[in-house]
Amino acid sequence: MQIPGLALEFSALPTPVPVWHAQVTFEQWQMAATAVRDQGGRLLALWAGSISPHGGASAAPASAWMCAAYVVLDGAFWLSLPLTQQDGRWVYPDLATVFPAATRMQRAAADLSGMVALGAHDTRAWLNHGAWPQDHFPLQQDPEKLPLLVAGELVNYPFVHVDGDGVHEIAVGPVHAGIIEPGHFRFSVVGEKVLRLEQRLGYTHKGTEYRMTQLAPLEAYRLAGRVSGDSTVAYAWAYCMALESATQTTLPLRAAWLRALMLERERIANHLGDLGALGNDAAFSFGLAQFSRLREDWLRASKTVFGHRLMMDCIVPGGVTSDIDLTQRELLLHQCDVVEQEVRTLFNIYEAHAGLQDRFMTTGRVSPELAARLGLTGLAGRASSQSWDLRCDQPWVPYSDMAVAMATQHNGDVAARVAVRFDEIFESMRLIRRLLIEMPIGDLLCPVSLPLQPSRGAGWVEGWRGELFVALELGGAEQHHRILRCHLHDPSWQNWPVLEHAIMGNIVPDFPLINKSFNLSYSGQDL
Amino acid sequence: MIWKVVRQIAKTGICTEAAPDIGAIDAAQVARIQQELLDILGQALTIREVDAGSCNGCELEINALGNPYYNLQGLGIKFVASPRHADLLLVTGPVSRNMETALKRTYDATPEPKLVVAVGDCACDGGIFGESYATCGRVANVIPVDEVIPGCPPAPLEILRGILKTVRRRVVSPRSVSK
Repeated sequence: MQIPGLALEFSALPTPVPVWHAQVTFEQWQMAATAVRDQGGRLLALWAGSISPHGGASAAPASAWMCAAYVVLDGAFWLSLPLTQQDGRWVYPDLATVFPAATRMQRAAADLSGMVALGAHDTRAWLNHGAWPQDHFPLQQDPEKLPLLVAGELVNYPFVHVDGDGVHEIAVGPVHAGIIEPGHFRFSVVGEKVLRLEQRLGYTHKGTEYRMTQLAPLEAYRLAGRVSGDSTVAYAWAYCMALESATQTTLPLRAAWLRALMLERERIANHLGDLGALGNDAAFSFGLAQFSRLREDWLRASKTVFGHRLMMDCIVPGGVTSDIDLTQRELLLHQCDVVEQEVRTLFNIYEAHAGLQDRFMTTGRVSPELAARLGLTGLAGRASSQSWDLRCDQPWVPYSDMAVAMATQHNGDVAARVAVRFDEIFESMRLIRRLLIEMPIGDLLCPVSLPLQPSRGAGWVEGWRGELFVALELGGAEQHHRILRCHLHDPSWQNWPVLEHAIMGNIVPDFPLINKSFNLSYSGQDL
Repeated sequence: MIWKVVRQIAKTGICTEAAPDIGAIDAAQVARIQQELLDILGQALTIREVDAGSCNGCELEINALGNPYYNLQGLGIKFVASPRHADLLLVTGPVSRNMETALKRTYDATPEPKLVVAVGDCACDGGIFGESYATCGRVANVIPVDEVIPGCPPAPLEILRGILKTVRRRVVSPRSVSK
């Protein structure tokens, strides 16, 4: 692993997927980003790292870190930048000029950790809506000594104003009309055409990363599984992978296969739900009735086999909680046959339905060029020719034996995102069958022992929405094995800003359809 | 094209299941409750769902209530788009401080009888998120709550049972409606 033009010392982290770590200097921070961009790499995550307070047992000066993770063809690398203070603030060079997706991540780091991007264009608060003081940085606090805070009034947010003949605004949210998560959308429209959309998120910010530092490393998988309820399996796996890499634990083979089985079932469950909702948003309620019925069948089988409809808390550090027996295997195999056949019937109906296709095609288009420039990722990225899928790019056990076929489309419209979902359902059905039939015999769980020295671990998993990245910094015996910092990164960070572009020039009534075709997480990015 | 749709509908049939039992009540009482439901609420029970900071897990299960198995609308229960049209608020999540004001305003905008049901462990007691600089914890810390439905997330059937129980309790022993 090397970045052209930079002499960095990389150390490989013991993860099933290739992840390296290196420390960079202030000057190298932007150079690394530019080099990655120039060779076609992507920004995976950007977050404020751990902060050590003044003094303490080691009597060391206060120190803080800024971190970035990038993806290139060889894998991912995590760069840590030690920060220096300027006028009492920790500062680092802005990355948004290289990767636009960095903007909101930098704003969040400023709100939660008090780290300021030097030269950043947009420095409005992102997660801090005024409910807690502007000078209170939760991730700088000692998790055991909470300061008493006076709740503040929510502050007025300076939305970008669009001027012109006939331009007016439509404000939506945070409480939405449907049964969905809260967020605010500000549309600037002329007639029914959308000129500009500006999102304001952060409403479900519940201090997840701060709460992480209060939990024991072996218990925190439960919180990780609740970052975004629809991706509970993917998050639990990513967190456990990070913990297992920090503790150098080798996962039993059967446990890895069972995790993949759950991950693929989660992917199908979400695609079934969204395909129904997409039909409904185009006034084809038949689609919702059919797909929601299939989703219910699917969740009930998960309850029968794994004990939980969404498979929450089934993945634990060192393995999984339960095994499947022969009867359960037959049940899941049979369900694959039944549901796949039904999905094929519905696929033919969706494809042949002129009214539906009229709403889907050319709607909410993100061109491959725009997608590449803004860093669109996951299934939405694949619908715009961004052919990255971790299961294909860096196949880890058990995907290494499966030759996963990547679903890609080039049009980048709602129809393309629908097509990717159908393709991924069929591919996941194939994977589930193989996982069930060829699953090796073995242990479900192995002990995880926390290391004496401080350690670092990374988890990287392709969830249904896209890739999740978990960066974990674990304290050693001296720090009572505490979680010093755990960043849980959702692909929604990258994709929300692209949605602002996807709606431009479309009509207001198409927004729900476009929004649903991405189906991004609020809770996952609000944290 | 339309034949394919009709064939699929016919093949699927009606898969709606019976509504959950909410405790021993005789037929006469059922009839009385239904009559009183109509008297109090008009034609049907209308619900506004408010995510006050949940992880989206509870929303998935509340959405599932709309699938053909539970056939919520068949029971005369409907989700509406505005609190001004709602008899009952279904609130999820530990209430984030960023949603506190929005939740209070939603409550204020809801007309009587203004029933509130807290759905999920977070809404009941703060759950794994608890109270912090960012969350107010359980829903009852922010607005009055009539009924809680624990679970992480509670299954659709449990949510339905909780809704029916709230309404029945209200019908059997109405809170003073005058304000």
